[in-house]
Amino acid sequence: MKIVVLVKHVPDAAGDRGFAADRTTDRAAVDGRLSELDEYAVEQSLQVIEKAGDGEIVYLTMGPEAAGEALRKALSMGGDAAYHVVDDALHGSDALATSLVLAKALDKIAADGAYDLVVTGMASTDGTMSVVPAMLSERLGLPGLTFAAQLSVEGGAVTIRRDGDDASTTVTAPLPALVSVTDQTGEARYPSFKGIMAAKKKPVTTWTLADLGIDPASVGLSAAWSVVEDASKRPPRQAGTVVTDEGDGGVKLAEFLAAGKFI
Amino acid sequence: MAEVLVLVDHAEGAVKKPTTELLTIARRLGEPSAVFLGKGIDNAVATLGRFGAAKVYVVDAPEVDEFLVAAKAEALAAVVAQASPSAVLVTSSAEGKEIAARLAVKTGSGIITDAVDVAADGTATQSVFAGSWSVQAKVTTGTPIITVKPNAAAPEPAEATPAVENVAVGFSDAAKAARITEVAPRAKSGRPELTEAAIVVSGGRGVGGPEGFATVEALADALGAAVGASRAATDAGWYPHAFQVGQTGKTVSPQLYIANGISGAIQHRAGMQTSKTIVAVNKDSEAPIFELADFGVVGDLFKVVPQLTDEIARRKG
Ligand SMILES: Cc1cc2nc3c(=O)[nH]c(=O)nc-3n(C[C@H](O)[C@H](O)[C@H](O)COP(=O)(O)OP(=O)(O)OC[C@H]3O[C@@H](n4cnc5c(N)ncnc54)[C@H](O)[C@@H]3O)c2cc1C
Ligand SMILES: Nc1ncnc2c1ncn2[C@@H]1O[C@H](COP(=O)(O)O)[C@@H](O)[C@H]1O
Repeated sequence: MKIVVLVKHVPDAAGDRGFAADRTTDRAAVDGRLSELDEYAVEQSLQVIEKAGDGEIVYLTMGPEAAGEALRKALSMGGDAAYHVVDDALHGSDALATSLVLAKALDKIAADGAYDLVVTGMASTDGTMSVVPAMLSERLGLPGLTFAAQLSVEGGAVTIRRDGDDASTTVTAPLPALVSVTDQTGEARYPSFKGIMAAKKKPVTTWTLADLGIDPASVGLSAAWSVVEDASKRPPRQAGTVVTDEGDGGVKLAEFLAAGKFI
Repeated sequence: MAEVLVLVDHAEGAVKKPTTELLTIARRLGEPSAVFLGKGIDNAVATLGRFGAAKVYVVDAPEVDEFLVAAKAEALAAVVAQASPSAVLVTSSAEGKEIAARLAVKTGSGIITDAVDVAADGTATQSVFAGSWSVQAKVTTGTPIITVKPNAAAPEPAEATPAVENVAVGFSDAAKAARITEVAPRAKSGRPELTEAAIVVSGGRGVGGPEGFATVEALADALGAAVGASRAATDAGWYPHAFQVGQTGKTVSPQLYIANGISGAIQHRAGMQTSKTIVAVNKDSEAPIFELADFGVVGDLFKVVPQLTDEIARRKG
């Protein structure tokens, strides 16, 4: 069993995130980290391999130099090796370009030994688009089992539970397949000290666009198929009235709601 | 006039409210045509006409219900190929975004997700970084594909008598790979849909347990509101995940949001920050939720909320 886990390096949501002058995500102003939602993808992949008894996990990211930190973090949780697509021409790539590059990288990884499963997070915590997994499934012709709240691999097939608004559905597909996992799958483990030390020795291969045979003109900000014309910071919400309950908090609240014609 | 496709979100033909909002928005951009996938068109056609659909394309194929998402994307792509629309609008749900993403790859088109407004020239407004920034974006290549959040527009009727056209689709093997083997429908609460409700009453860890949600529900019912929950409450199993508000749950933007026993973590704020009016009840005066509340009560929710519920009943007489 070979699993490729896609991980993204994102600005920490706890920081004051914003846009750079070229209206791309400002990756300098706020410390980066492994997207929390990708930690669930790492965890589920480790569990699949642990259950299977043997197998291999490799990580893949596309992003600037600093994105290597996300790979180290993932490797410290477990797994064997990582691949990092890094190239100045990638700056400002949209989801379509990102999925194109990741698809090519997955093909190159497969050339070294076919994978059974590609596992991703449900969304990146910066873009929160939830589109890259679907685009990859489309590009690679892989069955796409998205938003898994639970996942199991057995007998050459993967089965997930997906919790929708109207129903909870069970979905199954033959391997190889792509699965995106939600934060309902269960807490991700913390890296152990041993894991952190071991991660330093695990191989990380970097690839440029040339290594993947991608024309730099087809990616990056200038090749994006949508443009951000304007980005402005919303004025923060002003704190309003705060009262302390002295036995009449509910009544005071009712007065506020009545003044707003809510009751 | 240019044709604008709206993908219909429905359950067995019962058209969901966000679709009527999309039809309203589509009329700014051109002439709306609805795309209806699956069973139940007879139940849907009147509603689609009432909101201005001049045409309805129907793909009534079992594949769209038997397989996950990819088949729906393929069906929509077939309609796009036939109609050559000037834009495609899809509801910004998990499924809607995935259909849009696949369609973007299939048609070589740019995509914008989670629009909270769309102007006549196709410029979309998005709310990003947990609602702290507002962005204007536009698709520059291919057929603009835009997913639009619920409540982006007030649905406005514009009576039309749609021509119904069946479209036959030959599904590829790739679209038939992820098979749905079981469907367990969720019990209906009888309350308004969380993402559509004008008022949302939410409970968090401070509610203390599943029983505590009865207090939250009682207030919600007094106000005709939907019930929401923080992830702390859904993770603990106190309330179903479908009602979670926040980054990995639903985004709501109601007229009134009442947070009870919720601290106001950034991931929760991401899902409710754009509510018109925010009210918080929390026993900790330092809770970050008070930074965004228009009205806050520092106190025990089990005292404040029942008193409020009673007071609403008293005022209603
Ligand atoms: C990747 C990721 C995604 C996430 N997605 C989401 C999401 O979608 N939605 C979400 O909500 N969270 C999400 N979270 C979790 C989020 O960070 C917080 O942990 C969560 O929102 C906390 O929920 P809470 O406010 O109910 O609990 P707490 O932070 O524990 O707050 C409980 C509050 O209740 C108050 N309280 C206790 N008892 C009473 C009482 N009797 N009366 C009044 N007040 C009382 C306390 O003072 C406290 O402020 C996510 C986290 C991560 C890492
Ligand atoms: N640049 C990237 N490098 C690696 N994985 C990515 C990248 N962008 C997105 N992904 C994967 O796709 C998932 C969804 O991302 P998004 O569509 O951007 O919300 C993430 O959780 C990652 O697993």
